[in-house]
Amino acid sequence: MSPGISLHAIGLSYAGKPLFSQLNAHFKGACWHSILGRSGVGKSSLLQSIAGLLSGTALAGNINASDGQSLHGRVAWMGQRDALLPWLTVQQNVLLGVRLRKQVSAQHQERANAMLERVGLGGKAQSMPEHLSGGQRQRVALARTLMEDKPVVLMDEPFSALDAITRLQLQDLASTLLHGKTVLLITHDPLEALRLSGQVWVMTERPVVLKMMFAIDTPAPRALDDAQILSWQGQLLAYLQKDQETPAS
Amino acid sequence: MNIHKTSPGLRLLLITAGLLALWQAIVWLTNMPHFILPGPFRVLRALWEQRSLIGEHALVTMAEIIMGMVLGCLLGFASAMLLQWSRSFRVWLLPVLIVSQAIPVFALAPILMIWLGYGMASKVVMAALVIFFPVTSACYDGLQRTSRDWLQLAQTMGASHAQVLWQIRLPAALPSLASGLRVAATVAPIGAVIGEWVGSSSGLGYLMLHANARMQVDTVFASLIVLASLSLLLYFSVDYVLRKLIFWTA
Repeated sequence: MSPGISLHAIGLSYAGKPLFSQLNAHFKGACWHSILGRSGVGKSSLLQSIAGLLSGTALAGNINASDGQSLHGRVAWMGQRDALLPWLTVQQNVLLGVRLRKQVSAQHQERANAMLERVGLGGKAQSMPEHLSGGQRQRVALARTLMEDKPVVLMDEPFSALDAITRLQLQDLASTLLHGKTVLLITHDPLEALRLSGQVWVMTERPVVLKMMFAIDTPAPRALDDAQILSWQGQLLAYLQKDQETPAS
Repeated sequence: MNIHKTSPGLRLLLITAGLLALWQAIVWLTNMPHFILPGPFRVLRALWEQRSLIGEHALVTMAEIIMGMVLGCLLGFASAMLLQWSRSFRVWLLPVLIVSQAIPVFALAPILMIWLGYGMASKVVMAALVIFFPVTSACYDGLQRTSRDWLQLAQTMGASHAQVLWQIRLPAALPSLASGLRVAATVAPIGAVIGEWVGSSSGLGYLMLHANARMQVDTVFASLIVLASLSLLLYFSVDYVLRKLIFWTA
């Protein structure tokens, strides 16, 4: 069972200026969470601190997994850009984690091919990334994430750079393949959040807090024309708009 | 014929022919004695008549340049990796490297002769010293500017400092390192020839200096043509190999 993640009194400063302090939240395990909020509010920094990518000096508070073990080494990362290494083939990119840890074996290669199969790129194992489209590249990034096989997956707007149709395909694919993991997705797209998540969070300003707006039980990915989703999308957009209009003090 | 659609080879040929014609015209018009300014035909004749002498010295110079390239590039690469590897190296070595660049390398040439003798060693070291800093700085720059996305990804995958350096930063720095090597290919010959001027018994620099003293300006020009051709050959070979090796930036 994938663990939940608790944030206790998280404070973060960037270049001496505090981004937020006393941030609390509990993301329940084996559930897809989306986090929305204005650009610059600190969503990406929060995700990076959960991934252990920020050094301890700027970070205050505790980030714990609900099963009491450390999160270290149990997190897979999927960024805004696909971050494929251009000097490696598609298969080698999927094997990146294994290569970095110097564990490559025949089984790993088979598994990498199986992952590529699952994202619909079975025939592209030996291609170079430069010969792939943007959507295919992000599929490879998804296969690389799956290959890591970690209980927690952190995603920082991985679908934002894709065209509308490709984005929908990738969302559905990720939703299916990452089922059962604890997923934290940073996004600017309310519809994406509502279609994919079990819980939709908003990070608001002054003071910066994480607020759970919707908990949704129906199976994801949800249909685009789902009446409930569309109505919530309206509410969410109105809320986000109001949050951004509040004048700075 | 459309002037923009000429092939590069044809353009090179036309420009060369034009410059040679201009050269010959200046010689005719100014009526300079041939020991001050020889015409192109005289230079070509000198090149042909003394081909074995020039060839012999050219081989020496080429060997110095190539060994200097290899030595300078290896040293430059190693110090860039050390600078990236360890913070102590960065804070202690980087200022030293930068200050050392205030010393004109050419001013060291006479001292190198004393230390390493009149043979090839001093010229190899000279060429290596000239290219050391450009290679170090280009390579270090590339190591530093590795995409944050790649570094973060590798970090979440549990890669160690050394693994990130060798498997992410180093390949990512190859295009920058390549531009350092291209610069090296163009300046290494300068280092070798200056070394030969200061003191040597063979090499194109030596030959030019000797011919100059005897007013054999046609031999000087002939040696110069060979030296320039060698430099171009070196540059294009390096460029070709690098393009093949770093295929993803093409």
